[in-house]
Amino acid sequence: MTMNNKTRGDYFLGLCLIILIFLLYRSGFFTVEAWQNFVDHFYQNFIEKDRYMMLVKGLRSTIFMTLFATLIGVAVGIILSVIRVAHAGGIHIPVLNALADCYIAVLRGTPAMVQLLIWNFTIFASARDLNKMYIAILAFGLNSGAYVAEIFRGGIEAIDRGQMEAARSLGLSYGKSMRLVILPQAIRNVVPMLFNEFIVLLKETSVAGYIGIDDLTRAGQNIQALTMEHSQPLIMVAIIYLLIVMFLSYLVRRLEKYLSRSRRG
Amino acid sequence: MIIEVENLKKSFGELNVLNGITTGINKGERIAVIGPSGSGKSTFLRCINRMEEPTSGVIKFNGEDITSESCDINLIRRRVGMVFQHFYLFPHLTVRQNITLAPVQLNIMNQKEADEKAKYLLNRVGLADKLNEWPDKLSGGQKQRVAIARAMAMNPEVLLFDEPTSALDPEMIGEVLDVMKELADSGMTMYLVTHEMGFAKEVADRILFIDHGIISEEGTPSEVFDNPKQPRTIEFLSKVLRR
Ligand SMILES: Nc1ncnc2c1ncn2[C@@H]1O[C@H](COP(=O)(O)OP(=O)(O)OP(=O)(O)O)[C@@H](O)[C@H]1O
Ligand SMILES: [Mg+2]
Repeated sequence: MTMNNKTRGDYFLGLCLIILIFLLYRSGFFTVEAWQNFVDHFYQNFIEKDRYMMLVKGLRSTIFMTLFATLIGVAVGIILSVIRVAHAGGIHIPVLNALADCYIAVLRGTPAMVQLLIWNFTIFASARDLNKMYIAILAFGLNSGAYVAEIFRGGIEAIDRGQMEAARSLGLSYGKSMRLVILPQAIRNVVPMLFNEFIVLLKETSVAGYIGIDDLTRAGQNIQALTMEHSQPLIMVAIIYLLIVMFLSYLVRRLEKYLSRSRRG
Repeated sequence: MIIEVENLKKSFGELNVLNGITTGINKGERIAVIGPSGSGKSTFLRCINRMEEPTSGVIKFNGEDITSESCDINLIRRRVGMVFQHFYLFPHLTVRQNITLAPVQLNIMNQKEADEKAKYLLNRVGLADKLNEWPDKLSGGQKQRVAIARAMAMNPEVLLFDEPTSALDPEMIGEVLDVMKELADSGMTMYLVTHEMGFAKEVADRILFIDHGIISEEGTPSEVFDNPKQPRTIEFLSKVLRR
């Protein structure tokens, strides 16, 4: 199992390297005058007038947006999953449960980008002064919540029924048992999957440019427009996404290992 | 009587598990519940603190009908502790936190009082050195003793034990039985579902033999074990005692 994971990791790294070399090749990295050309373009795209700052700012927006969207997603996801689990566990909340089901069906059943556009151009159409960033965080966060709800539901249902019974047998209410006994264990079980959700959102937010947010992707396009150079900015953007995702994936794997080593009561 | 059960019935869908049980327990009494697998022993016990909803019948705790709409079952459960076959310690909490969680959350004690109580109880179950240990560092027998301390932290009037030693390795059964014996000797009111006939005989004041969801025989240990009257009891005892 560990061996297998390790070889898979090596293949993965190898593949990344090949893709990187290919991308460099495409941007003309491997001939002498192309090299000069490359250096000139590189200078234009990233150094001249401190254009790299556009990418830095874009990255900052992307991470900011992703971080807060994930937080909203987790909060919404916990609420939705608890509603569904409580309903399934015999707590009488049919209306809430129907609303939760409906929420999950709609937000999972439509593209995140369409939702983003609807939030921006329909629901908040008249809110001209509202920072676009807030709209994007809301749109991506609420969308993510529908997915996180399923993650948490799995996490809660994986907890032995006896945990709830033991808590209830001491006189704790359903709510307190859920909050103090079930959720802490469920959250711990799904932390790696929440990191994955962050990774998914990091990439998903790349469409935020459509409502005018200068995120990382849009920053690349903005440089393109300024320098009339088509390859380098977007490839640089791709490399930045890739490095972040690879780093986070590495952290998730470490975390999973750590959690699986110290589990069970 | 602390607990009175009148014509208790419980079905799971088509399956009639309890078919009219009438019994009760006095303060300080120790009742062992025995019977074949699937006869409804656990279900009977779990109805007493409404872990299972009775289908019909009345269960009274200190005279209050706990099956009625107006009864707050959470208040009853504070007074009726339960110990499970599989312990169900909370793995994300230390031993101390396992014991103090409910009394503190229910505002029965402040954290300091609860901590003192936890120390006292752990001492009593012989685990004084495990106060700040994590459950996964404990053996099965130690876990069960902590679970008993956790139930005791609420100062219950009755303790319900559902096969507390069935999930334990043989060498750990003794330490848990010792703790239960000490509880019994201290006057604790106990319902004990068990396959440990020797222990039941030693500790119990009364034995209930449950078969097919009814109490088919009842009496003192010597009445039930030494002079069983019902053919089913005789058959059951001959099977389990031969082992
Ligand atoms: N939640 C449930 N849903 C459906 N059937 C159940 C449920 N709980 C128990 N039963 C059934 O009720 C019957 C009695 O179960 P119970 O657990 O009370 O038996 P028991 O006497 O405790 O047996 P054992 O000695 O094996 O623990 C069994 O046939 C069991 O399958
Ligand atoms: Mg049972």
